[in-house]
Amino acid sequence: MSEKFEYKRMDRRSAINWMFAATATVHFLNSKALGLGFNWEDVNKGYGPDPNLMTPEVPWERIMTPKQLRTTAKLADITLPRTSVESPSATEVGVPDFFDEWISAPYHAHQEDYKVITEGLAWIDEESQRRFGKDFHELEEADYTTICNDIAYLPDALPEFEEGAKFFSKFRSLTMGGYYSTNVGTKDIGYVGNAALLTFGGPPREVLKRLGIDKAPW
Amino acid sequence: MPHINAGKTKPEYDVIVVGSGAAGGQTAYTLAMEGVKVLMLEAGRDYDPVTETPMFNTNEQAPLRGAGTPEKPYGFYDATIGGGWQVPGEPYTQGQNRPEDRFLWYRARMLGGRTNHWGRISLRNGPYDFKPYSRDGMGFDWPLDYEDVEPYYDKVEALIGVFGSIEGLENTPDSLNGTLMPPPKARAAELFALKHAKKLGIPFIPIHRAVMTERLNSKKIPKWLHPTNPKAQATLAQEMDQRLACFWATPCGRGCSIKANYQSTTVHIPPALASGNLDIITNVMARIVETTSSGKATAINFIDKTTGRDYSVKGRVIALAASALESVRIMMNSQSFHHPDGIANSTGLLGKYIMDTTGARVNGQIPTLENLPPHNEDGAGGGHIYSPWWLYKEQLAGKLDFPRGYHIETGGTRKMPGPTSFEGFEQITGGAYGKKLKEEARRYYGSFVSYSGRGEMIPNEDCYATIDPKVKDKWGIPVLKFHWKWNDAEIRQAAHMHKTFAEIIIEQGGKVLSEVDPTGKEAIFRPGEIIHEIGGAIMGEDRNSSVTNQFMQTWDVPNLFLTDGASFPSNADKNPTLSIMAIAWRSCDYMMEEMKKGSI
Repeated sequence: MSEKFEYKRMDRRSAINWMFAATATVHFLNSKALGLGFNWEDVNKGYGPDPNLMTPEVPWERIMTPKQLRTTAKLADITLPRTSVESPSATEVGVPDFFDEWISAPYHAHQEDYKVITEGLAWIDEESQRRFGKDFHELEEADYTTICNDIAYLPDALPEFEEGAKFFSKFRSLTMGGYYSTNVGTKDIGYVGNAALLTFGGPPREVLKRLGIDKAPW
Repeated sequence: MPHINAGKTKPEYDVIVVGSGAAGGQTAYTLAMEGVKVLMLEAGRDYDPVTETPMFNTNEQAPLRGAGTPEKPYGFYDATIGGGWQVPGEPYTQGQNRPEDRFLWYRARMLGGRTNHWGRISLRNGPYDFKPYSRDGMGFDWPLDYEDVEPYYDKVEALIGVFGSIEGLENTPDSLNGTLMPPPKARAAELFALKHAKKLGIPFIPIHRAVMTERLNSKKIPKWLHPTNPKAQATLAQEMDQRLACFWATPCGRGCSIKANYQSTTVHIPPALASGNLDIITNVMARIVETTSSGKATAINFIDKTTGRDYSVKGRVIALAASALESVRIMMNSQSFHHPDGIANSTGLLGKYIMDTTGARVNGQIPTLENLPPHNEDGAGGGHIYSPWWLYKEQLAGKLDFPRGYHIETGGTRKMPGPTSFEGFEQITGGAYGKKLKEEARRYYGSFVSYSGRGEMIPNEDCYATIDPKVKDKWGIPVLKFHWKWNDAEIRQAAHMHKTFAEIIIEQGGKVLSEVDPTGKEAIFRPGEIIHEIGGAIMGEDRNSSVTNQFMQTWDVPNLFLTDGASFPSNADKNPTLSIMAIAWRSCDYMMEEMKKGSI
């Protein structure tokens, strides 16, 4: 049975869906995950309600074109460039392929992202052609920076760049999501864990000191 | 006697239990351990947490890096099987169109039900929570007192393993000395919140969760739980020894292959099966309770989802534990000459007074938590602290504009990042990209917090379920239609949550990132969204104003019991799972006495 729900209200409530902040006890509940506004008919290529969790597979085809992937790679590496051996670039950890998997997914929210991303990629190439007579992936730093700065932050964007800024916002959050959800990115951001411990000691003394706490209450 | 096929049942069972989650698991456990012959029916598939839990798998290995989708709403690795909010082929419908009134119904289709993925928060109802009407004139009193349930809370906590502390706070009962496990150390964000919330009078303390922070004492506990039953003692001791203490890694929502937390499939069902007194059939959808010509319950009729065939199995007693609303659905669909409006519904109260927990959340960012040295905060999975409701006196004195309380749960730790972790990040960084963005990511990681309220709603006439006259599920079983309305009591409470959580963030020198809603209308979560749905067949003192007595035995049909949350006449802010288990255990003790007496 399909139900088309209105979920704008919930989006507003969670203007910033910052996963680390979500209450762990109820995991992370956002409007997309709620499944509001999707049809089961639309997701017949999804992994289904009982996928194999131990050896996962992605059942849908990736649908991005080579040109879209090229532009994605360029902008992803501008967004998260290589800064050291431990902190490689977005493409080095497979972010363009993550985009391809993400926006090719048959779920409603992903189809919406498909529209934003593919239209944005087309726009940035057009804008690049208009300004410099080249596709975006061919631009040098001085040139691509002018475009990126124009769309870097929606509240600061000129009216003609608002759509571009919305695109970059989504693109950036997916680039970061794709980067920091890899094992390399997870380490880079400072996550320590996912390893069995004999005891859980709480924050180290140095952290307590920074918080102005002499002694934990238990 | 193990898992069996639909066609291989015994001619008759002492008790047929519909459902295998917290209620069904506890019911089967209590009965089977004492020698009662039990058949358990589960609508979903068989499920084995030991072999099916992706314990250390990283997001990199999962489709969409583990993001939630309509098919796995809480993320790819979440244990829920069946789709959650929407189960394919099993719709439910709405009695009204306002989106905010639409009820969300979360279901799992697997052995153990939702206990495989739940938050493991295990709070006791307090004395006030059983007498809410007496206290403020709203809702209904329970036909029992805290003292009636207390010994069962003690037993359940000893059986499943719960960590927490003894605090002596108002209407926040302490556990039996010596049964709680030590609480895990608070994390950085939790310690910082605790320190600052104290100045606001908000008492953050260790939360109680069903996660073992040490091994269970398999020498002592089984003897105490089953004092006159050496066989049960031996069976339980053996199963308890299979359970290891938490090793402080991998989220509880995936389930736990080392059985360190409570899920029915690792705690209730194994000893019940080992007793030799339990048969389980999975993948069967209970349709109706069959009755004799005198109106007594006699059998459960179910559909084998694999073959589509219809079966009936006889039971001396029928115990519905299918989750509150699914149990109500089965009862409504069980229409006969004696029960024209559904079984045990002579009062017409069936389906009425369904409740969820109210919820609201505020997110924030705390500068002091920026750039902390990397350290492990996995801990016991969920939050380590919470604040029980702290304004009972003010509320009683009429100083607040809403009648019932809420507790506060916290979020905000250095968790493994996921693909949607960075939505809205540019609002913090002003649109940074490049090298600067990497620095910002490291700087802000771990500095985001959230506070969530979980509050008590008052049962009302506008929140009820009926059978949809037109819509059936794919097995031809009529489905539920939901009707819902939040009242001012809930909406004002949500406004208070928002205001309070913003204060907690500001007190820490932080930035409030959510829109704080002074009306509460935008703040309150959707009905059903907290997944604490109960009610629909409430218990009471007399047969004219309730569906069951205090033992969850239906007034009209003495051999029909509802051992899940369907009979709860109020929904305290305390998460209901622990109470469901305790009250189910009590119900089963009564049921066995009545069976011995021959009255059922």
